[in-house]
Amino acid sequence: MRRGRWERRHVTEALAKAMMYASVALVAGSLALILFTVVLRGLPALSWEMVSKPPEGGYYMGKGGGVLNAIIGSLLLASGGTLAALIFGLPIALYLETYLGDSPWGRYVRLSLDVLWGIPSIVYGAFGFTLMLAIGLRASLLAGIIVLALLELPIMVRAMDEVIRRMPVDLEQAALALGSTKLEVAMRIVTRQMMPGIITAILLAFGRGIGDAASVLFTSGYTDRITTSLLRPTASLPLAVFFQLASPFPEVQKRGYASALILTVIVLVISLGSRWISGRVSRYTVK
Amino acid sequence: MNSGSQRSASDVPTLKARGSATETDPHIQVRNLNAFYGKVQALANVNLEIPKRQITVIMGPSGCGKSTLLKTFNRFLELTDGTKILGEVLVDGQDIYAKGIDETEVRKRVGLLAQRPSPLPMSIYDNVAYGMHVHRMKRSRQEYKEAVRHYLEIAGLWDEVRKRMHDPATSLSIGQQQRLCLARGLAVEPEIILGDEPTSSLDPISSLNIESRLLDLKRVYTTVIVTHTLRQAKRLADYVIYMYLGEVIEAGPAHEVFSHPKHERTKAYLEGLV
Amino acid sequence: MEEQQGTKPASFAGAEGRQDNRPFALARLRADRNARRTFSVVTLLPLFLIAVITIALIIRSWPVLGVKPLNQTVFGPAWKPQDGLFGFWPFVAGTGWVTVVGMGLAIVPCVLVSLYLSEYARAATRAMAKPILDLLAAIPPVVYGVWGLLAVVPFVEDVLRPFAKRWLGAIPVFAVNQPTGFSILAGGIVLAVMVAPFIIAVLYEILDTVPEELRHASLAVGATRWQTVRGVVIPKVLPGMIAGIVLGASRALGETIAVLMVVGNVVQVPTSIFDAAYPLPALIANNYGDMMSIPLYDAALLGGALVLLVVILIFNILSTLVLQRLLGRQWT
Repeated sequence: MRRGRWERRHVTEALAKAMMYASVALVAGSLALILFTVVLRGLPALSWEMVSKPPEGGYYMGKGGGVLNAIIGSLLLASGGTLAALIFGLPIALYLETYLGDSPWGRYVRLSLDVLWGIPSIVYGAFGFTLMLAIGLRASLLAGIIVLALLELPIMVRAMDEVIRRMPVDLEQAALALGSTKLEVAMRIVTRQMMPGIITAILLAFGRGIGDAASVLFTSGYTDRITTSLLRPTASLPLAVFFQLASPFPEVQKRGYASALILTVIVLVISLGSRWISGRVSRYTVK
Repeated sequence: MNSGSQRSASDVPTLKARGSATETDPHIQVRNLNAFYGKVQALANVNLEIPKRQITVIMGPSGCGKSTLLKTFNRFLELTDGTKILGEVLVDGQDIYAKGIDETEVRKRVGLLAQRPSPLPMSIYDNVAYGMHVHRMKRSRQEYKEAVRHYLEIAGLWDEVRKRMHDPATSLSIGQQQRLCLARGLAVEPEIILGDEPTSSLDPISSLNIESRLLDLKRVYTTVIVTHTLRQAKRLADYVIYMYLGEVIEAGPAHEVFSHPKHERTKAYLEGLV
Repeated sequence: MEEQQGTKPASFAGAEGRQDNRPFALARLRADRNARRTFSVVTLLPLFLIAVITIALIIRSWPVLGVKPLNQTVFGPAWKPQDGLFGFWPFVAGTGWVTVVGMGLAIVPCVLVSLYLSEYARAATRAMAKPILDLLAAIPPVVYGVWGLLAVVPFVEDVLRPFAKRWLGAIPVFAVNQPTGFSILAGGIVLAVMVAPFIIAVLYEILDTVPEELRHASLAVGATRWQTVRGVVIPKVLPGMIAGIVLGASRALGETIAVLMVVGNVVQVPTSIFDAAYPLPALIANNYGDMMSIPLYDAALLGGALVLLVVILIFNILSTLVLQRLLGRQWT
């Protein structure tokens, strides 16, 4: 009758809902747990010294210093990689949308971008290594930047493409109707409308690049000094965490947790910051 | 060989008597219904009655709330995010918005034929059988088969699909698909059929086909149709409700409202579109 | 529209203005044409990269993979680089185990979460879910590794291991053969959390392609939401969901750092989820430093990278093709 709630199908639905809630709690809880663990164990060892000084001699055995070398190294690596990826990535994304659209060639390019996106960073690192041997480049900031650029390119283009293809067609048509060439449309209108999305894409790629260890492992080497040259090895935060954790001294391990916290904070700031920026820049966009 | 329409009403399974005993009691009563999409009010103080076993047409200019009103009858309005419904909608005296009411049972009793035919991604047979399986209405495969045939006949589709029952439903023409949706909806044995502009996606011939089905079916089912075509309203209506900006302006038997509308707005609408 | 000839702009020329603008107008067109050419070359880049990466790895790993028979390399059980034995099998098996455990743990919750977001959640809830998923996806792998070390390994060691020893000891795949929590299970748990945001996002995109009308058609005959999900929504997109999961698996295969930190890195063919293992990416990452010091070591390690690449490419291309077809031009 009307009020029957104990039919089998209603019970099944209730069970399914319960399992769904449990799964959602699991996933959300995992995020909370990860952040909580990293903060809990990393915060005690975090100090001004850690972020303001490079490691001193014997750092890995408990002596003083910090991870400034890694912080700066990571920032340089990721900035260089992101910039390089942008130089090639933005034209690819614009071309895809403006000229290629749905054509077969466009589909091949998108497929290959998706494939590149799926290649793990360790393979990019291995490839980077073969590249280094082939052109005689040693483990250095430059090599790291090249590999990160390769890693970030598909991420950036995909994110941009997703944003650009949401471009209201009317806007493009309106501009074309006024006599703009496609290039002009691309450069003036698409970029301005898509600016928030483009910025988000750039920051997304940057965040990925700064957090990656497997690719820079082979290519950027490591050093305890603050990087000054493109052709010398450079430290990076993920590797700094890794090496500190590998030390048998608990104080050093704790500093490893603190370094992980630093890295997490940087990534969180970028992630949240990109939302904020894209919110501000979208004042002029057409909704 | 009988054509589908001739077998229609006489072979419809007898409906168990439910609720009110007399034919003259309204099938649906709406009391002080107010509905909101977020902060925007879509229905304001709607009070009306839908008569049994007649075709009621809700008409009015676009945006007047006709579809919104219709969707309160089968508790579909709440599927949209942010809607709020206040008031009562009584079907056979029972408020379908009361606490504890199973909305899936409501939807079983109040069927909906949508504007665009949406065949489920399965065969023709499975489409019609779907609702019956959901409610486990039959006991054997044989019973399901017979019921499917029965409702396809009522919808006037049997002869066209009898040889391809297991073809995908999407292989039908749009007019056939709408008839399929009708068969599918009737298969769960509703008492009330709602139609949300059910012919507006169809070509003229299919439209008239659906209209003649509905006219046949009114002997058994109470039907409420929303239409934006005055001509269709005149062809189908026994009872008319005219709405404007979320309010019911006028309601009454069709011949009265069409020839002697009481309100200025109704008059204006009828004249504007005739 | 594209190529306008440089004819006399007779009908459109006002007396004065137009004539003077001709050089500018032509320059614009030339710029457009040049841009097209440059841009079109640039779109060759992705395809080019895939080819170059694959070929480079093939060339560098040829001395091992190309020369020795497969049953000594990919399927070879013995890994002793100093003796010239490069049997990858323990590492391949390790990768397989960790990925299967990780995916096994991830699939059901991810499907349920994506179903929840797509079929039950209100817009407000969905809006809250997006930042959470984005954050999970943004956390660097090494931080997942730290979490794994600090939380997951102890959990496996102190909670799951005794439990399994007591209740599940009879089942070989749950056998407890080593005292630590550094195990396939730990790696699987970390992997599951790492790939979850990705899988959820893809599955959600796929579910989103089902038109609302279809759900309404089912609800209108009085089906419950769950009946609608099982009877209408999932059947419609099942191939896409499978493709999404396969894609998730391909990402799990390649995850290096986080897994490396918790999985034990013991060269053996595992027999239980509580065993330690040594996945292929970990092999490459841990030993790159010795690459040039042992003969053929670099070819072997790069061969490992090649094997990984080939498997991932296969998973990736197949599932991406299915997804591209189902989701239209592009997907998140």
